[in-house]
Amino acid sequence: MIGRRTSKRAAALEFPDAVPSEGPLLVVDDLHTSFRTGRGTVRAVDGVSFTVGRGRTLGVVGESGSGKTVLSRSIMGLLPPRDVIKSGTVHFDGRELTAMTPAELRQVWGAELSMIFQDPMTALNPVKRIGKQITESLRLHLDMSRSEANATGVELLRSVGIPSPEQRIRWYPFQLSGGMRQRVMIAIALACAPRLVMADEPTTGLDVTVQAQILDLLGELQRERHMAVILVTHDLGVVANRADDIVVMYAGRVVEQAPTKTLFQQTRMPYTRALMDSIPRLSDPSGVRLHAIAGRPPDLIHPPEGCRFAPRCPYVQDKCRQIEPPLRTAGSPDHLFACWFPLVNGVSTAPSVRSTADGAVIAGATGPVANPGPETTPGQVAIPGPAVPRVPPAPPGYPGETPIDPDAEVGTP
Amino acid sequence: MTELANDATPAPADEHGVVLTVDNLVVEFKSGRQTVHAVSGVSFAVRTGETLGLVGESGCGKSTTGRALVQVQPPTSGTVTYRGQDLNRLSGRQLRRVRTKIQMIFQDPISSLNPRRRVKDIVAEPLVIWKRGTKSERREKVREMLEAVGIDPDSAGDRRPGEFSGGQCQRISIARALMADPDLLICDEPVSALDVSVQAQILNLLADLKARFALTMVFIAHDLAVVKNVSDRVAVMYLGKLVEIAGSDDLYRAAAHPYTEALLASIPEPDPEHHSDHKGLSGELPSPLNPPSGCRFRTRCPYAQDRCAEEEPLLRSVGPGHEVACHFPLVPANDEASAVVTGGETSTDGSRA
Repeated sequence: MIGRRTSKRAAALEFPDAVPSEGPLLVVDDLHTSFRTGRGTVRAVDGVSFTVGRGRTLGVVGESGSGKTVLSRSIMGLLPPRDVIKSGTVHFDGRELTAMTPAELRQVWGAELSMIFQDPMTALNPVKRIGKQITESLRLHLDMSRSEANATGVELLRSVGIPSPEQRIRWYPFQLSGGMRQRVMIAIALACAPRLVMADEPTTGLDVTVQAQILDLLGELQRERHMAVILVTHDLGVVANRADDIVVMYAGRVVEQAPTKTLFQQTRMPYTRALMDSIPRLSDPSGVRLHAIAGRPPDLIHPPEGCRFAPRCPYVQDKCRQIEPPLRTAGSPDHLFACWFPLVNGVSTAPSVRSTADGAVIAGATGPVANPGPETTPGQVAIPGPAVPRVPPAPPGYPGETPIDPDAEVGTP
Repeated sequence: MTELANDATPAPADEHGVVLTVDNLVVEFKSGRQTVHAVSGVSFAVRTGETLGLVGESGCGKSTTGRALVQVQPPTSGTVTYRGQDLNRLSGRQLRRVRTKIQMIFQDPISSLNPRRRVKDIVAEPLVIWKRGTKSERREKVREMLEAVGIDPDSAGDRRPGEFSGGQCQRISIARALMADPDLLICDEPVSALDVSVQAQILNLLADLKARFALTMVFIAHDLAVVKNVSDRVAVMYLGKLVEIAGSDDLYRAAAHPYTEALLASIPEPDPEHHSDHKGLSGELPSPLNPPSGCRFRTRCPYAQDRCAEEEPLLRSVGPGHEVACHFPLVPANDEASAVVTGGETSTDGSRA
């Protein structure tokens, strides 16, 4: 049923100037988004670039205030026109979204590119039946008749696992539980079989049991329909099993970017490591102290000089506070990170003795890029956290280097 | 700070060191002609200095239980005893006084703070209400508490909640809750609206404050990984019933109730190599207007048998301090009388198809 509609949609929405479907689906290039406020300019997204392949899943991970939500809205073109400074480009299937007029964007939204919002209660219209909200885009983009759209709406509700959809389609959002509302949101987002779905914290605020159901559902539908998904979340645990690639954001910038397995097994950026370590694990004994990241993300009006994570980094060196590390590759070309003293095997390459940026430190900093040394095996990855006293495995090329005591700066203030 | 200390010296805990006893707690709401069975006969005890976790999905009655503990939601029946005092029988005045010792922290840190008041006034309010201390003593205690929760009193005191992040607002709520020197803290989903990184900060903070102020805690949440981290013992609730209670490590090592097993399986593991073979929970929580007969979990239970629909399973022991309400627990029961009935693919040794 839905498959048939899909083909109809494809015919109905052929863009005459569309580039043939080759290359990545979404290309974000040097995207900047700033807001003018009374206190100054907030640089919420500050030079972000990445691509998303067709049918792939990209996880965008960061804390509140890392710019991930502004990033997703910038890509969608959903930001208000006033007091927003934008630069950089977003290409979707060869077309430049950032150059489109609002009218052109409306042709793309819902039809090819749709969004699942965090809060299904405020994102759904409380005074309209869910059927009306699902069929709206079908009628608009696919030119369906009312009865056709209704039938498709019922099928969509069924496909997202809503029992007795024939009745539920006449319900109002308040009659549904949070999980059910999020399913309706997914049904709305998928109605026109988009090629890319932006899911901004789709399960935050839901129970863990419902979260698992919703993410599994999204994954199934994605495989069925070969859509690409950008999954924006603060929880690395959520994307660990679901994303092909992960982008870690901090203070408006990408600080690490890699295929998921690589990111977890060869974590370079101390911030990524810290995010992983802050997740409470069932396998840990109860009462074990969590590895919280001290402090909070910087003020984006006056971001710190040098590395933006430096004030919270357990391995910070003088160089980190002075010069901002560029995003560079590590070992493989698809693993990027921004750190002067990246982790190798979970151990910082920062010199144990605080020193200025002399030759030795620079050698230590650049060494792992050229020669990453032995990598951790999958089994080793889950355990090391900063508070576990570790003997560095002495990777070749770093004789005599020991990690500084991470406990000194980790923990709650 | 002695001037500000609570003048009502708490009665000692009973001989077993139990601070709070909940006995057969029932909370029902009338909804038109129907009755919502929010909490249906829950009993547990909280010992001095321990953290008891209360875990379950939305709608399982865990928050209602938490609210009934403080009598914010008066129970339909059953008793809540705090240090020998039956809270249901107290007069409004007496209850207000006892409540200074039992404080609550709520889920949504932003909406639980009055947006129009300054942080220092919000935090000082418990002392103002109880007319404790002089103005300058109160100011000093506010400073001390804000510092204890990691908020800079100089820059934050004159600001309003809207200027703070969720994590900071939760810290402010915690500071307010601690102002009246409580000894029992009821935390209702205190971290579920927060980022994982902030969540870790707040959980560590609660652990620190618990040690520093000698608190006993009831920690309510839906995420078993979070609950396990903070709790000494965990009680699992499903649709108004307690289905399992155990030491937190025991619960993880040997979950006896199929529902606990499903809860454990639904937690995302931050490991790309991890693949759970458990299917997780299907379906939704049944309506508390008309809960299923027998075992309330049977409609979603992969191991349900006929007996589960006919007879309600009672809590029984499956190990030291480990009780479960299931006819066919995943670990063998202790008592001979209620030996596991072998039926279908279920066997007594706890292994399942």
